Amino acid sequence: MTFTQTHLLGIEPLHPAEITTILDLAEEYVELNRSAEKHADVLAGMTQINMFFEASTRTQASFELAGKRLGADVMSMAMGQSSLKKGETLIDTALTLNAMHPDLLVARHGSSGAVNLLAEKVNCAVLNAGDGRHEHPTQALLDALTIRRKKGRLHRLVIAICGDIAHSRVARSNLLLLGKMENRVRLVGPPTLMPAQVGAFGVEVCDDMRAGLEGADVVMMLRLQRERMDGGFVPSEREYFQRFGLDAEKLAYAKEDAIVMHPGPMNRGIEIDGAIADDINRSVIQEQVEMGVAVRMACMDLLAQNLRKARERKRLREAGNG
Amino acid sequence: MLWFHNTRLIDPEAGTDKIGTLLLRDGVIAERDGPRPGGADAIDAQGKCLAPGIVDLGVQVGEPGAQHKESLRTAGLAAAAGGVTTIIMRPDTTPAIDTPEVLEYVTRRAKARTPVNIRATAALTRGREGREMAEIGLLLDAGAVAFGDGARVLRDTKVLGRAMTYANGLGALIVGHPQDAGLSHGACATSGKFASLKGLPAVSPMAERMGLDRDIGLVEMTGARYHADQITCARALPPLERAKNNGFDVTAGVSIHHVTLNEFDVGDYRTFFKLTPPLRSEDDRRAVVEALRTGLIDIICSMHTPQDEESKRLPFEEAAPGAVGLETLLPAAMRLHHSEGLSLSAIWRALALNPARRLGLEAGRLSIGAPADLVLFDPDAPFVLNRFTLRSKSKNTPFDEARMQGRVLATYVGGVQVYPEPGDA
Repeated sequence: MTFTQTHLLGIEPLHPAEITTILDLAEEYVELNRSAEKHADVLAGMTQINMFFEASTRTQASFELAGKRLGADVMSMAMGQSSLKKGETLIDTALTLNAMHPDLLVARHGSSGAVNLLAEKVNCAVLNAGDGRHEHPTQALLDALTIRRKKGRLHRLVIAICGDIAHSRVARSNLLLLGKMENRVRLVGPPTLMPAQVGAFGVEVCDDMRAGLEGADVVMMLRLQRERMDGGFVPSEREYFQRFGLDAEKLAYAKEDAIVMHPGPMNRGIEIDGAIADDINRSVIQEQVEMGVAVRMACMDLLAQNLRKARERKRLREAGNG
Repeated sequence: MLWFHNTRLIDPEAGTDKIGTLLLRDGVIAERDGPRPGGADAIDAQGKCLAPGIVDLGVQVGEPGAQHKESLRTAGLAAAAGGVTTIIMRPDTTPAIDTPEVLEYVTRRAKARTPVNIRATAALTRGREGREMAEIGLLLDAGAVAFGDGARVLRDTKVLGRAMTYANGLGALIVGHPQDAGLSHGACATSGKFASLKGLPAVSPMAERMGLDRDIGLVEMTGARYHADQITCARALPPLERAKNNGFDVTAGVSIHHVTLNEFDVGDYRTFFKLTPPLRSEDDRRAVVEALRTGLIDIICSMHTPQDEESKRLPFEEAAPGAVGLETLLPAAMRLHHSEGLSLSAIWRALALNPARRLGLEAGRLSIGAPADLVLFDPDAPFVLNRFTLRSKSKNTPFDEARMQGRVLATYVGGVQVYPEPGDA
C-alpha cells in the first residue's frame, strides 16, 4: 500500500500508485456501505470540520456521511452566514477553527488555490472539496472508481469529457487523473469554454460532439452554469443543446457499451437529454453518488493514518529529546 | 571632497567599464582619472564598481494615503540601500498626485524625510479617473516630470487623445500603461498551460500589444511624447520597433521582475509573485531581455509596489498585486549580467542614463559636471535575501530566500554618503 500525502489538495501531486491505493480501499468501503452495519471506527476520536464557502448540497452531505460512517465527530459550517461576511479573512477563520484541534478539514472555496492556502496555515489534514476552477480531487477519484467498476479497468480507455471545460475544476482533476492512469482523453466543447493551451496536457481537443464521441468508452458530461449561457460564452441554451447536448443521436457515435457520467447537478435539456440521464443501461450517475461516499471514506481513512503516524513520530522525537 | 581610486568606473554614456579615479566636489563630479587633490578624502574602492545612481521610474510610495505600507521616509531608506539615488514616484497615492498642491506637499515632505532625490509623475486625469485632464501646465511648473494614471488604463480614447494633444503643446511626457482593459479585466495570470493547470483567470499577452497599438496610434495622431511603462511580452515588441523606426517619440520600460522571473515562479499560488501585468512565459521573458540588449526597450525600473501582509495573505485571485523592488533592483539586475551576459554599462544605460535622459534630468552620467549621485557596488558578492532585513515597510518581495549575486556597498547623493548611514554596520 502506497500513500504518502498529508493533505488531499488535488490530483496533481498524486502518484498513480496512490490513486490505486485509494480506489482499492474505496472498494472495501463500497461493500461496507452496502452492508447492514454501515459503520467502521477508524476515525473514532477524530474531529472533522466541513468548511464550505460555496454552496453545496451533495458534496457536503457526502463528506458528512463519510465521516460519520467512519466514526468521526463531524461538524459542518455554513460559511455563507459566518464571520467571513463580517470581514474576517479566510486565514483568520482557519486559525480560529485550527485552535479547536480538528483532525480533518474539508474545504470548498470559490477561489483557485484558496484550499492550498488553508493547508499551509493549519496543522491537520486538509481535503479539497473544490477550489475555484482549480481542482476537485474526490470527484475525479469517484469517477475513476465508477469507471473501473463498470469497465473492469482504468487504463487504455477512450474518455470524452464534454462541455464547459474552462470553468470546471471537475474537468481539470479528471483529465489529470485519467492522464496519469494512461487513458486517451478527449475534451469536447465550444472553443470559448476551452482553457488556453489545453492541448499541452496531452489531451485531444475537439469542438464537434460527434467526432469527439467517436469510439468513446466513457462519456463524461459537465454542468454548464446558466449564467454562462446568455451570450457570454455560448449564444443560447437551445443552440448549446443542439450542438453539445448529449442525446441518443450523438451518443450513438460512442461505443455501444459506453457509459454516461455527470457530476451533478444536471441541467436536463441543456447539456444532457433527460432520457439519457435516466437510461439505466447507459447512465451511471446514481452509482457515481454512491461511489462518492466510499471514495471520501477511503481518502479520510488514509489521511488519518498518515496523520497518526506523523503525530507518533513527533511524540517519539519529543520524548527522545526530553 | 571625495576621491575614489582603484575603482571600476561604469560609464553608461561612453559605454565603458574601466579602472580609474573619480573626484566629487560641491555635489558634482569634478574630475575623472586625475590624481588626488590636496584635502580630498581618498576612498580605495578595492576594484569594486562605481556607477551613476539608479533613476527608478515608477515607484509607488504609500504617502499620502497608505503610510502603513510605505512612507516617504522608508521608501527613501530603501532606495539608498538599493543604490537608487532618484525615485520617480507614481501618481497612485491617495489622494492622487493630480494637483500642484498635492505635488508640492509630497515634494516638501520628501525633501525633509528622504536621503535621496524624489521626483514625481503626476496623474494625467483628475483622480486618475480617466474623465477630465489634470492641470498639466501647473503640475509641470510645480515640478512633475511626466504624466500618467499609473496602472489604471485610460479607457476613453478620446480623453487620452485630447490629453496627449494638450500635453504635447507643453512638451510634457506621457507615461502609458499599455493594456487592453476589457481583455485584462479580472485576470491575475498570463493565459497558457500554467494558468490553465492552476485554474486562474488569465489574460493573453495580446492585451498588452493591443493597448500599445492603441497608444501608438494616438501618438501618431497627436505627436505626443510617450513612454510605455512596462513592455513584458514578445508580441508587443514589433509595434514598438515600428514606432521607433517611424521616428515617433516613443520609449519603453520593463520591470526588473518581468526580466528575471516567469509565470512558473508563481508555483503554488505564491501571492508575492502576483504582479501587474502578470508574470509571463519564459519565451516572453527571453524576448524582452533581448529587446533590452538591443536597446529596443530603454528602461528597467523596480515597479516598487509595497503591499502589507494582509493584502497578500489571501487566495491568489483576491490578493493585491505588486512587489517591492527598490532594494532588490540592483542585485536582480546583476542576473542580467551574470546569466544573460549584458554588460554593466548596458545595464546602467537602462537603470540610470536612459530614464534620466527621458525625464530631462542631469543624473545618470559619470561625466564632469553631472550630479554626484553614485552607487558603489560589488557585482559578484553572493548572498541569500531575507525579506525581513529590507528597509521597506512592506516586505512583499518575490526574491525572499533567493540566491542573489551583487551587492550595494555605498550610495552617494550630491556627493554625500547616504548608505550605509553613519552608525550602520
